[in-house]
Amino acid sequence: MLKIENLHATAGDKEILKGISLTVNSGEVHAIMGPNGSGKSTLAQIIAGHPGYVVTSGSVTYEGKDLLAMAAEERAQAGVFLAFQYPIEIPGVTNAYFFRSAYNEVRKANGMEELDPIEFLDFMDKKLKLVEMDEAMLHRSVNAGFSGGEKKRNEILQMAVLEPKLAILDETDSGLDIDALRVVAGGVNALRTRENATIVVTHYQRLLNYIVPDFVHVLAHGRIVKSGGKELAVELEARGYDWVMEAA
Amino acid sequence: MSSSTEAYEQAFGALRASGGTGWLPALRREAMDRFSALGFPTTRNEDWHFTSVTPIAEKVFKIAPTRTGPATLSPADITALVIGDPDWHRLVFVNGRFEASLSAFAGLPAEVRVTTLAEALKESPEFVAEHLGKLASGEGQTFTAFNTAFAQDGVVIHVPGGEVVEAPVHIVHIADSHAAGVGIHPRLLVVVEPLAQITIVESYACAGPMSGGYLTNAVAEIEIGNGARVDHYKIQRESTDAFHVGTTQVRQGRDSMYHSFSYAAGAAISRTNVYTQLAGENAEARLNGLYLIDGAQHADHQTFVEHLAPACASRELYKGILDGGSHGVFNGKVYVDPIAQKTDGKQTNHALLLSDHARIDTKPQLEIFADDVKCTHGATVGRLDEGALFYMKSRGLGAENARALLTYAFAAEVLETIEVDALREGLEALAFARFTQSELR
Amino acid sequence: MSSSIESLVNKEYQYGFVTDVESDTIAPGLTEDTVRLISSKKDEPEWLLEWRLKAFRRWQAMTEPHWSNLKYEPIDYQAQRYYSAPKSITPLQSLDQVDPELLRAYDKLGISLSEQKHLAGVAVDAIFDSVSVGTTMKAELSKYGVVFCSFTEAVHNHPELIKKYLGSVVPYSDNFFAALNSAVFSDGSFCYVPKGVRCPIELSTYFRINAANTGQFERTLIVADEGAYVSYLEGCTAPKRDTHQLHAAVVELVALDNATVKYSTVQNWYAGDKDGVGGIYNFVTKRGKAHTNSKISWTQVETGSAITWKYPSVILQGDNSTGEFYSVAVVNNMQQADTGTKMIHIGKNTKSTIISKGISAGKGQNSYRGRVKMLPKASGSRNYTQCDSMLIGNQCGAHTFPYIEVANNSSTTEHEASTSKIGEDQIFYCKQRGLSAEHAISLIVSGFCREVFKELPMEFALEAQQLLGITLEGSVG
Repeated sequence: MLKIENLHATAGDKEILKGISLTVNSGEVHAIMGPNGSGKSTLAQIIAGHPGYVVTSGSVTYEGKDLLAMAAEERAQAGVFLAFQYPIEIPGVTNAYFFRSAYNEVRKANGMEELDPIEFLDFMDKKLKLVEMDEAMLHRSVNAGFSGGEKKRNEILQMAVLEPKLAILDETDSGLDIDALRVVAGGVNALRTRENATIVVTHYQRLLNYIVPDFVHVLAHGRIVKSGGKELAVELEARGYDWVMEAA
Repeated sequence: MSSSTEAYEQAFGALRASGGTGWLPALRREAMDRFSALGFPTTRNEDWHFTSVTPIAEKVFKIAPTRTGPATLSPADITALVIGDPDWHRLVFVNGRFEASLSAFAGLPAEVRVTTLAEALKESPEFVAEHLGKLASGEGQTFTAFNTAFAQDGVVIHVPGGEVVEAPVHIVHIADSHAAGVGIHPRLLVVVEPLAQITIVESYACAGPMSGGYLTNAVAEIEIGNGARVDHYKIQRESTDAFHVGTTQVRQGRDSMYHSFSYAAGAAISRTNVYTQLAGENAEARLNGLYLIDGAQHADHQTFVEHLAPACASRELYKGILDGGSHGVFNGKVYVDPIAQKTDGKQTNHALLLSDHARIDTKPQLEIFADDVKCTHGATVGRLDEGALFYMKSRGLGAENARALLTYAFAAEVLETIEVDALREGLEALAFARFTQSELR
Repeated sequence: MSSSIESLVNKEYQYGFVTDVESDTIAPGLTEDTVRLISSKKDEPEWLLEWRLKAFRRWQAMTEPHWSNLKYEPIDYQAQRYYSAPKSITPLQSLDQVDPELLRAYDKLGISLSEQKHLAGVAVDAIFDSVSVGTTMKAELSKYGVVFCSFTEAVHNHPELIKKYLGSVVPYSDNFFAALNSAVFSDGSFCYVPKGVRCPIELSTYFRINAANTGQFERTLIVADEGAYVSYLEGCTAPKRDTHQLHAAVVELVALDNATVKYSTVQNWYAGDKDGVGGIYNFVTKRGKAHTNSKISWTQVETGSAITWKYPSVILQGDNSTGEFYSVAVVNNMQQADTGTKMIHIGKNTKSTIISKGISAGKGQNSYRGRVKMLPKASGSRNYTQCDSMLIGNQCGAHTFPYIEVANNSSTTEHEASTSKIGEDQIFYCKQRGLSAEHAISLIVSGFCREVFKELPMEFALEAQQLLGITLEGSVG
C-alpha cells in the first residue's frame, strides 16, 4: 500500500530525514518509535503533505501512485489520514460542519453522492459512540477550547468519519490519561480491517499495549536504526533508546 | 504666533543673546522656530484631543533663577522627599539647576560616564552633538521643541558595550518655593551600547509650600544597543498646582529590552509620553504605568510602540485610579510595519473610577500592516467588582475596608512589575496608605 | 505570508451589468437651482424644498472631512449628476405598470418584483438610480397598519410623519455628507410601524445604481412606534464602470418606547478593479435614536465599494435602551474601509454591544473606528466591544481606532481587540481532511464572522456568506 524508498527531507537548512525506507501492506500495523527529535513526526507530516518540508531525494509510492506529486487534499481524498500531534483550532466553525465538508469532499472525489445535513447527523451517531463522545461535541468549534484529551479524541472521531485506508497516528497517546488512552485505542482497533493499514508514531510503548503492532521500527537521527516485531517495543521500554542507537 | 510664544521668542533671544555659530545654537534656533511655528496644541489635534493645555499656553513661564544664597536643602531632605535608596548614584537638580552638594555618583564603573549636560558639553561636545536631539527631534512635537530651545541642564549617560551598572542612577528633580511661575526643561540623554545594562530612576517632587504653579517639561532620549537593557522608572509626584509634560523617546536595537514604569500622582495637568521604536529583531518593550489622581487633577498617558523589525514583543499594562473630579486619559498606539512579521503585541489599560465625578477617556489603537502577527488590546473602565466586595464582606470585612483593600489590590497588580525592590516597596506603601489610611506591613 | 497563501485573482463581480433604459438625467453640477429642480421633479411641498435649501446653504459652508484613514482623489462635486430616473417610471405608479426591462434587471439581481414570484415573507422597495421602481406586498402590510413605501410617496401620503421625524436623528447640519444628502436626496424608503404592531414580514430595500456619472443620494427613515417591532434589510449593487461614483446616503431610525428596530445591510457596491479603477465612493450616515426600553440593532456585511465611510450609531436616549452593532467588513485589492459605530449612552442603565470583524486581503486597508461615550447621567450603563481583524497576505492593513469616554463611575466598558492571520497550520489541517485551500479559507473566514452572520435574517445570512466567499475568492492559493 505504501512504499517509502530512501527518503531524504529538509526543513529550512536542516536535513531531518536521512534515507528512510519502509513498506506498509494492507492489514498491517506499524509502530514507529524513537527519541525526541529523531524525525518521527516529520515523517508523518511528509506523508500527509505538510508544506514545511522539502523532500530532497527518494520516493513515496501509495497504491501505485507517486504520493509526493499529490496535493495534501488529494492525499486525504485518496485515503491518507494523519491524526495530528497538535490538533489545530478553527474558531467559529462547528465540528459538524467541518466533518461534513471533509466527508463530502472525500466522497465527491471518489465519485459518491454527498450526504445532506440530516443524513450526515444519522451517520455521525454511530461514529460518536465509537469514541464515547457526546453529540454536543458536534456543535462546538473545531478543537477550540478543547482539553488535550478531547482534541485527541476528536482526531480519532474524524478518522472514524473519513474511514481512511492509511491512518497515521502522530503521538496520539501523548498527554492522555489511561481512560482516554483506552477510548482512543478502542476506536482505532474498531476501525482496523484487512484493507486498511495504520502507522502509529509514538514515544512510549504504553500505547502499543492497546494497539498491537505487527512491526516496530526505531527511528534515530533521521534513519530507521532497528526493526522488529512487537517484542522490540517491550525491550525499548525496559532498556531505553540508547542501546539501539549505540548498536546502530 | 500667539502672545505667549512671542514672549518666549523674546526670552529665547535674551537667554541665547550670545548666539554663536556652533551646532548647539543652531539646534536651539531650529527648535525655537519649530516651537513658534507649531504653537501649543489644541484639542483639535488628535494627539491632544482629551487634554487641554490652555492653562499652560496662556501663561508665560520664566527662566529658572540661579540660586544665589546657600542651599536650603540637605541630602537627608532629598532622601525624605523621594522614594528609593540613598545609596544609589544620585544627581539632584533643584528648579532645574544641578546641585553638586546634594549629588553623589562617584562609585560608577570607570568606563561608564554619567555627567550633567553642561559638563558633557564641555568634556565631550562631539558625543553630545552626535546624539542630542536625534531621537527627540521635536518634529510635530511642541513640547519637545520647547525643551530643546530652553533646556538649561540635564543628564548625559553613556554606558559602553558590555558594561553593567549595578545600582540605579537616580535623577532627582526638586521644585522648591522659588519655582513659582518658572519653566523647567530637564533633558536626559542616554546611550547604552551593545550588551550593556543600566537602571535609571527619575523622580520629580516638590519641597515645601508652593505659591503658584510651575511647569516641568522634560525630554529623555534613550538609545539602546543590540542585546542591551535599560530599566527606566519615572516617579512623578509634582506639586498639585504644577504642570508636568514629559516625553521619552527610545530606539531599540536587536535583542534589546526597554522596561519602563511610569508613576503619576502629582501635577494639576500631567502628560507623559513614552515612545519606543523596536528597530532590531527580537527586541522587547515593556511599558507599564500607574496613575492615581484626585480633585481636579488631569493625567494623560500616551504610548506609541513602533514595531519596525520582525519578531519583537511589546507588553503594556497601564492602570488608573481616579477620585474626586479628576480626569484620566490613556492613549496607546501600536504600529506594526509591513516587515515586522511575528510581532507579538499586547496592550492593556484598566481604569477604576472611585467617584461619580471622575472621568476617563481611553483610546487604544492598533495599526497593523503585517499579516503574521499577534496583537491584542484590552481596555476596561469600571468600578470595583461587586462579587469580590461581597466575598470580602462575607468574610467579615467592613464595606469600607473591603473597598480600600480591593482598590489597593488593583494598583498592586501593576506595581508588582517594578523590579527595583526599594522602589516597589516604597510605592506599594504609598498606595496602601493612600487607600486604606493605614500602614502596609 | 508564505507564497502558498498568496496570488490574488478576483472572481468577476456578478452584478456589474448595465441596464439599457432611457433616462431623464439632469446636467452635472450642484447649485441652488439643482436642489429646486430635484424638488420640483418630485412635486414636493414648499416646506421640504425649504428644508433642502437650508441644508444646501449649510453644506456650502462646510468642508469635506478628512479625519478618516482613507486616501482618495478629491471629489469634484460639480462634475456629478444629482438626478437620474428611468423615463418609463411615472411617479407613484403601481408595480404592474413597471417597465419590463427594469423588472428583468431586478430578476438578474435575484430580486423578483412581480407579486406572484417574490420571496415569501419579504417586502421589497426597489430603488433604481434616483427613484423607486415599486414596493411589493404593500397591501399585505397595510392590513397591519404598517406603512412601507418610497420616500417620495411618503412625502405625499404621510407628510405629518415625515415632518415630524425627517432630520430628527440626523439633522441636515450633522456632517458634510449628511448635509449634501439632505439637499439633493432623490428617493429612499420610508417605514412606519404603528403602536404595538410586530411587523410580520421582513422589509427590504434594494438599491441599484445604473446610470453613469450619477451619484445616488437616498434617504431612509424607519419609525417604530411604542412597542412595535420591525426587521429591515438593505442590499446594494452597481454596474462596473471605470469612474468612481458617489453614494451618500442617510438612514434615520427611531425606536419609540419599548420598540425594536433591527437593520441589516449587505453592501455589495462595485468595488473597482484590482488596480483601483472605478468603484463606488460610499459615504453614509446611519443613526438611530433609542427611547426608553427600546432596542436598535445594526448588522452590516460590507464587501463592496472602493471607499467605505460609515458609522451606524445609536443614541441611547431613553433609560434601559439597548444598542447593538455587528459588522463584517471585507476589503480586497485596492478597497479601503473606515467603518465602525458610535454608542452614545445618555439614559440610565443603557446597554451596548459592538462586535466588529474586519478582513483585509490584497492591498486592502480596513479601519475600525468606534466611540463609546457614557455621559455623567448614564449611570449603571454597560458596553462590551470586541473587534477582531484578520489579514490575508502581507500588503494589506488592519487598523483599530476605538475611543472610550466614561464620565460616571457606575458604568462599565470592556474593549477587546485582536489581530490574527489565517494560519498555514489551519489550512494544512483542513487540506489533510480533504478540503481544498479555497474551501479551507472560506470555512475559516466564515467561522471568524459567525457571531455577526447569526444576527442576519436566515435567508440573507447564506447570501452574505456566499458573497464573502466571492469577495475573497482567489485571495489564497
